[in-house]
Amino acid sequence: MKRGFLQSRLLTVLFWLAMSALTLLPVWWMFLVSVRSRADLFGKPSFLLDVSAMTWDNYAAVLANPTFQKYMTNSLIVATSNAVLVSVLALLAAYAMSRFALAGKDNLFFWVLTNRMAPPAVFLLPLFLMFTGIKLGDWSLFDTRLGLILLYCVFNLPFAFWLLQGIVDAIPRELDEAAYVDGASTFTVLTTVIFPLARPGLAVTGILTWVFAWNEYLFASTLTSVEARTITTGLAEFVTVTGTNWGQLAAVAMLTLAPAALVLALVQRHIVAGLTFGAVKG
Amino acid sequence: MRNTTTGWLLIAPTLFILFVTGLLPFLYVLVVGFFDWNTFAQNPEPQFSGVNNFRALVFDAAFLKSLWLTFKFTAFVLVSQLVIGFFLAKMLLRDMPLKGLFRTIHTLPLMIAPIAVGATWRLMTVPGLGPIPHWMQQWFDVKYILSRFPDQAFATVVAMDIWHWTPLVTLTLMAGLSNLPEEPLEQARIDGASEWRIFWDITLPFLKPVVLTTVFIRLMDALRTVDEVWMLTGGGPGAETRFIGLHIWRVVFPKTDYGYGSAMSLITLYLTIVMCWLLYVAMTGMKEKTR
Repeated sequence: MKRGFLQSRLLTVLFWLAMSALTLLPVWWMFLVSVRSRADLFGKPSFLLDVSAMTWDNYAAVLANPTFQKYMTNSLIVATSNAVLVSVLALLAAYAMSRFALAGKDNLFFWVLTNRMAPPAVFLLPLFLMFTGIKLGDWSLFDTRLGLILLYCVFNLPFAFWLLQGIVDAIPRELDEAAYVDGASTFTVLTTVIFPLARPGLAVTGILTWVFAWNEYLFASTLTSVEARTITTGLAEFVTVTGTNWGQLAAVAMLTLAPAALVLALVQRHIVAGLTFGAVKG
Repeated sequence: MRNTTTGWLLIAPTLFILFVTGLLPFLYVLVVGFFDWNTFAQNPEPQFSGVNNFRALVFDAAFLKSLWLTFKFTAFVLVSQLVIGFFLAKMLLRDMPLKGLFRTIHTLPLMIAPIAVGATWRLMTVPGLGPIPHWMQQWFDVKYILSRFPDQAFATVVAMDIWHWTPLVTLTLMAGLSNLPEEPLEQARIDGASEWRIFWDITLPFLKPVVLTTVFIRLMDALRTVDEVWMLTGGGPGAETRFIGLHIWRVVFPKTDYGYGSAMSLITLYLTIVMCWLLYVAMTGMKEKTR
């Protein structure tokens, strides 16, 4: 059957080239703003990169700024600790769910998942009061990295739990039964049977939860003030406080989106399943 | 079966953390919604006020406006994303070179932090710097100033959300489309059915579960949009893009009206659930009809 032009491969490729340009355009523009000097920013907008006039000053200024160093470090620590914590806890929980006859299992599973669906703005107040109100001497969870690490479990733990549940379910029961027969403890089975087999799944879980934690803004902006601020709150401060330094704003935004963009190719097959809770397999 | 105590011990940390971070705050909001409590008021202590907060909300113009804007925004982005996403899914299913690359690029916005999405769009729209105001002036002779014209601000926020979230719809619909059974489609073509009838009578009913899931997820996400809008417009001009999440935040934090804010949160949560339920009923009803 002869295909018309509308069905042709050439048109399809041209269409997707245009779509990709449209998708990348805002990000490319931001990159351009981040590598242009202030004098080159205004006037007729050009989407061409003038390599000779390119400058890394904005990045240098941001990276040399102690406040931003702190924000970056906080984001790295919070996202990494949260991803590790969540992956470990979720693996244990998924194993329990998969291998033990727990009463009310299905309802429990559903309840765990609903935690991810809740609109965060609704829970800001109680979380704020909880974080500032519960005190051990002078210490409270407010404005601590620990607070954020624990809080980010509310959206990452259900996700990791669901993802790993599917993975642990797929590991044949005979393997751990055999180990139990040989006299292994639950701990040994987890570390020597389940963990090695679940490793690819754990990697995806770790990467995606890391990105979700890194990207979070609303909780971080409300529940920290000076010490534990993250890069996303730093980005927002740029607009409200300094407002006009567009070059540095763009540099910070580029640094904020860079890690997620870098791991994109690794996890893109799992993003759909991740964002729809497996209701749709990508 | 092995001892279930071990199972409970393994799952206990997860349940405990979610109890503290998820369930406790909900119960708290549920209680505080029935109290009059503003730390800046003459009496900063919480006092029980029955359903007063809820009664006041019905006449609160700012709240109702924010709700209306949120629903308008949600309707706009949902419909656009479903239509565009369906088309893009069809296009991405075609056989072509570089398919993987195009798919990856299309997925990129999903991974970007919402706050960075807002920053990106802000740089596109700043007068004097961004290309959008320039093009608007050059090509359409339109003065484009986000901070002055509500319609432009609203349209830009919608466009930003379409850019950010259409890929999710594309990918879910693509998954649905690639699982379509070939046989009925072939049969209908042989029988000479028009493409439109095939879409309406075969493709759509088969896609329904996927569409339903996608709509649910997009609906819940759209209703709680905060970060990117805050970054792009700050809710302005005036309160013209102040969606409900942002409105609640303003009542709770700068104004410290805790009781009222909690009542607002509850109503919002309730409306979200009702909307999902209505949607579910509407869509399953549609299914009955097409049978």
